Amino acid sequence: MAHSAVPITPRWPSVVTAVLVLLLTIGTLGAVAWRAEWAGGLAPADWAAIRFTVEQALLSAAISVILAIPVARALARRRFYGRQLLITLLGAPFLLPVIVAVFGLLAVFGRNGVLNSLLEQLGFAPVSIFGLQGVLLANVFFNLPLAIRFILQGWLSIPAERFRLVASLGAPVGRLLEWPMLRAVVPTTLLVIFLICLTSFAVALTMGGGPRATTVELAIYQAVRFDFDLGKAALLASVQFALGATAAVFALRITSENPLGTGMDRTVQRWDGARASVDGLWIMAAALFLLVPLAMVVLRGLPGMLDMPGSIWAAALRSVLVAGGAATLCVAMALTLALRGGAVASVIGVLPLAASGLVVGTGAFLIVFPFIRPADAALAITVLVNATLALPFALRAIAPAATQVRADYGRLGASLGMSGWSWMRLVVLPRMRRPLGFAAGLAAALSMGDLGVITLFAGQSEETLPLAMYRLMGAYRMEAAASAALLLLGLSLLLFWICDRWGRGNAEF
Amino acid sequence: MLSFDNLTLTQGGFTLAADTGFPVGEVIALIGPSGAGKSTLLSAIAGFLTPARGRILWNGMDLSGLPPGQRPVSMLFQDNNLFPHLTALQSVGLGLRPDLRLSRQEIDASEAALARVGLAGLADRKPGALSGGQQSRVALARVLVSERPLVLLDEPFAALGPALKDEMLDLVKSRLHAAGKTVIMVTHDPADARRVAGFSALVAEGRVATPVATDALLNDPPAALADYLGHGGS
Repeated sequence: MAHSAVPITPRWPSVVTAVLVLLLTIGTLGAVAWRAEWAGGLAPADWAAIRFTVEQALLSAAISVILAIPVARALARRRFYGRQLLITLLGAPFLLPVIVAVFGLLAVFGRNGVLNSLLEQLGFAPVSIFGLQGVLLANVFFNLPLAIRFILQGWLSIPAERFRLVASLGAPVGRLLEWPMLRAVVPTTLLVIFLICLTSFAVALTMGGGPRATTVELAIYQAVRFDFDLGKAALLASVQFALGATAAVFALRITSENPLGTGMDRTVQRWDGARASVDGLWIMAAALFLLVPLAMVVLRGLPGMLDMPGSIWAAALRSVLVAGGAATLCVAMALTLALRGGAVASVIGVLPLAASGLVVGTGAFLIVFPFIRPADAALAITVLVNATLALPFALRAIAPAATQVRADYGRLGASLGMSGWSWMRLVVLPRMRRPLGFAAGLAAALSMGDLGVITLFAGQSEETLPLAMYRLMGAYRMEAAASAALLLLGLSLLLFWICDRWGRGNAEF
Repeated sequence: MLSFDNLTLTQGGFTLAADTGFPVGEVIALIGPSGAGKSTLLSAIAGFLTPARGRILWNGMDLSGLPPGQRPVSMLFQDNNLFPHLTALQSVGLGLRPDLRLSRQEIDASEAALARVGLAGLADRKPGALSGGQQSRVALARVLVSERPLVLLDEPFAALGPALKDEMLDLVKSRLHAAGKTVIMVTHDPADARRVAGFSALVAEGRVATPVATDALLNDPPAALADYLGHGGS
């Protein structure tokens, strides 16, 4: 066997990462399975939760994709002022805290929202968006942009020469080019969104509830927080894991697409004379659907910014610390795996995709509960879980760069006799700064907006900003909640921007 | 002497055998058709490829099992010989301290090496601000400053134009050879060998031949080399 073509990087950091990830995914699952009360089996209410979980995920995926197809086609063939900005914004919901988006959606579609006041003035009955409609609305809000990006990428992957050829033959573009592309892209997109919606706890928490709109994750939360029935929570967590793992296995098989990929600034030139007005309407409608709720967050939040309760600022500080910790840990873990490379590292890296924050949280709760007050461990566990759940995205962002550095400079570093640490300090960190910054920003923003595991653990004095905001909404203190939403939105984007900016710092080569 | 003791290298389905020795303190060209295994031999000397059989010895010391960084070897690759984010001075300093914690003397030595390859005053430039020829000079300065006696050149000047390439080869002769280093260089071009290499070894048909005086080899090529050079070659 050949000598390693890279300076010897010690093995232990990647082993530590692997142990941590395995502990948090498989280990917590073990704790859950151990405590689950299998004997009782699933009650009718539990079956209803499973049905609802699958149903809302299926519907959300279908609606998102159906709406995304015309929008993606319009974006693929039209060039207009602000197009690139719009496409960039389509990546933003990934960074957007769920609770903030929900607040914006309620401001538009909620009981006292813009839509209902319009309807009332026109003499119609108001609509309610709690329950299934609300869950679907929020899921589509988050996943429509993702679906548009996936499908737009499909459109742009059709070579321009083909459009020219089809035009010169006078053949139908749809049947020859677009239909085969959609047949390849749509199933992947459906599956990815289905998977995301299986674990959209924060959406179910805020928009769902009641016997007819409870997801499995929400049932876990209720079993822990309201009934303190850990055996039942553990049983439900096992069910949730089985659901997620099944879907993830399918998804991994058929997807290799990076939803954060860029390079979509090209338009497809075509000659089949589609009507511009229809495209314009689709683009306009999608932009309004995505931007108006965010605008409402800003409009409602701004007036009360200065007289927010002090507890909000304290929660914000806690959240920033949690996000910083999670981002640091996440990037460090991703780096150890990326530098190690190999099949085992990539399996460890995608494992968290199959995990639900709530399942991991329940497991962690069961593990720490006998020893300490769960609330005391709330923030530390949130850091750990957030870092782990963001790991697949961080790894995806930095792995190509790590491979590149190894391929380009591995032999040079080895022949110079660089030690593992010198290699890291002098070559890896400077060469990978940009993707590292991006990955850190991603992890920080995801952690900042997370409203998952913290809900299981936190008491009053461990609130993060999303949790504090959720509690304000629950208490109908909408003005304070609005300001908290704006603060949360600003902080999430700011953290991402700072990290990403750091990564671009030395753009001289 | 750099000795190949019953050496067999395999890579994919390809095999190269060597059982000979290279003289110390000389510039030796490896010449032969592409795909004959010239770079494979360099990889084995540098420690990137473990021999299937046999040993490589440097002045009697067995190199087997030594990682690349601990061999008495500096190597210049076809590309990526400099890190784009390090200055010329740092790139040279890596030859002295791979962790770049340079003492005052080491900085002075690096600057002196840069001056010797004609780059005085450019120590703070990064590769992006240097021409292709200047980048090659930085890499040569690093080889010059390091205490490793054996230098492997895997066609590092291939991307340069003919005049620049000749300049670099002249530097190899006037600086590295003059400093007493043993230089082994891969080349496709007999003119390169004639220009700098006192000795040349034919690498063809799965074997590394014993180096002989370059002029003698090229003036009266054996059949395998004659085929490669073609009629009227050199």
